[in-house]
Amino acid sequence: MNLFWDAIVWIFTPVWPRGTIVNTVVQRLGEHILYTVISLVVAIVIAVPIGYYIGHSGRGRQIAIGLSGAARALPSLGLLTILALAIGVGRAEIAAVFVFVLLGVPSILAGAYAGLEAIDRRTIDAARAVGMSEWQILTKVEIPLGLPLLLGGIRNAALQIVATATLASYVGLGGFGIYIFGGIQSHDIPQLVGGALLVAVLALVLDGLFALLQKFAVPHGVAVAMAKSVRTRPSRPTAVVGTPIS
Amino acid sequence: MNWLFNNLDLVLRLSLEHLQLSIPPILIGFVVALPLGWLAHRFRVTRGILLTVVGLLYTIPSLALLVALPTAIGLPIIVPTNVITCLSIYAVALMVRTTADALDAVDPDVIQSATAVGYSAWGRFWRVEFPLAGPVMLAGLRVVTVSTVSLVTVGSLVGVPSLGNLFIDGLQRNIPLEIATGIVMVVVIALALDALLVLLGRFIMPWTRVVKASRNRAVEFEAATA
Repeated sequence: MNLFWDAIVWIFTPVWPRGTIVNTVVQRLGEHILYTVISLVVAIVIAVPIGYYIGHSGRGRQIAIGLSGAARALPSLGLLTILALAIGVGRAEIAAVFVFVLLGVPSILAGAYAGLEAIDRRTIDAARAVGMSEWQILTKVEIPLGLPLLLGGIRNAALQIVATATLASYVGLGGFGIYIFGGIQSHDIPQLVGGALLVAVLALVLDGLFALLQKFAVPHGVAVAMAKSVRTRPSRPTAVVGTPIS
Repeated sequence: MNWLFNNLDLVLRLSLEHLQLSIPPILIGFVVALPLGWLAHRFRVTRGILLTVVGLLYTIPSLALLVALPTAIGLPIIVPTNVITCLSIYAVALMVRTTADALDAVDPDVIQSATAVGYSAWGRFWRVEFPLAGPVMLAGLRVVTVSTVSLVTVGSLVGVPSLGNLFIDGLQRNIPLEIATGIVMVVVIALALDALLVLLGRFIMPWTRVVKASRNRAVEFEAATA
């Protein structure tokens, strides 16, 4: 436990470079968050419309599943290094964001179309029957009802990106990874463990924020419908006692 | 292409080492998650606790866990056991949730029928619930397999040899072909293990395809009567 204590002491005694208003830990935190947010936004912009198209039309689902599975098998470290070489180590930011976007898209895509597919078909038929246009069905019925699953997908993507953003330092970028790689190279255990703790805490905080967001962003009607807990459903119709035979 | 021809034995050796690091976490994940998943499925208290804990474990970035875990339990960082332990934690974290979901999805009528024809709780679990939960658990195990094979490469960063070594060496020596070889081998191993699991699933659960067909029929029937 001594090592963890040393790491915590290390975190709270950071270097303050001359002429800056923030210390290096805050600066690394800023870089780490910046990579995560940019990549997440790009991934959302790409994946959500495609996911909604697949979910609304039911077309291209198999292709999306196949591509997502294949993307999961690709090692991020390999993609990052080969792209950094291809684009040039001087512009590694582009390589990093590209890899993180690729990492985030499958989860968000799955969340978007699964959210639409999970809706009871009768609800959509009803919306069509009362005269809603396809666009109204999408924006007023499907998107609000599919929101919980979409947010779940975005949450997964965000966690994967924040974890993998640690690798960005390996191709010469910033973020908390700098401490881990620096610690490995110089056998500085407090720095190494301190960096690991910082990434882990950042991931946990992000997860907590998304949990809150999921709780508040879900429409009230959906929240009530989702509150069905395990094992409340009777396994068979309960015996009917004393109902009059009509 | 020269690099590849001169280093075929290196690629082969690293692929084998990669495989040796990938398989134990997948097996451990399946075996350890079975009792834990059952606990999460059976009791509401343990469900809350277990699903929260595995959710948090899954959140911890792999590189951070690879560094912090050995420090916490007093293991050196540069040993294969460290990589296997860390990846097992992720595998268990993912499989506990899947196992619980799979057991939840077993039709309660079937369980009551099994009890009615005289199965003990133990016998009913192994001969009714476990086989019926099989397909969903297999789907979870496939996800675990593919992501484990991909995550093993991160172990190279802390000095445990795997195909990730090709990425590190390729970046340092500026050989894109070396990195590409590594990526291709990782994908090949992942897809091969995945295909093996699918075949294994067809072999030990031959009823899956029949069930799928009859389920479709049931849905059609429901739709027709609704």
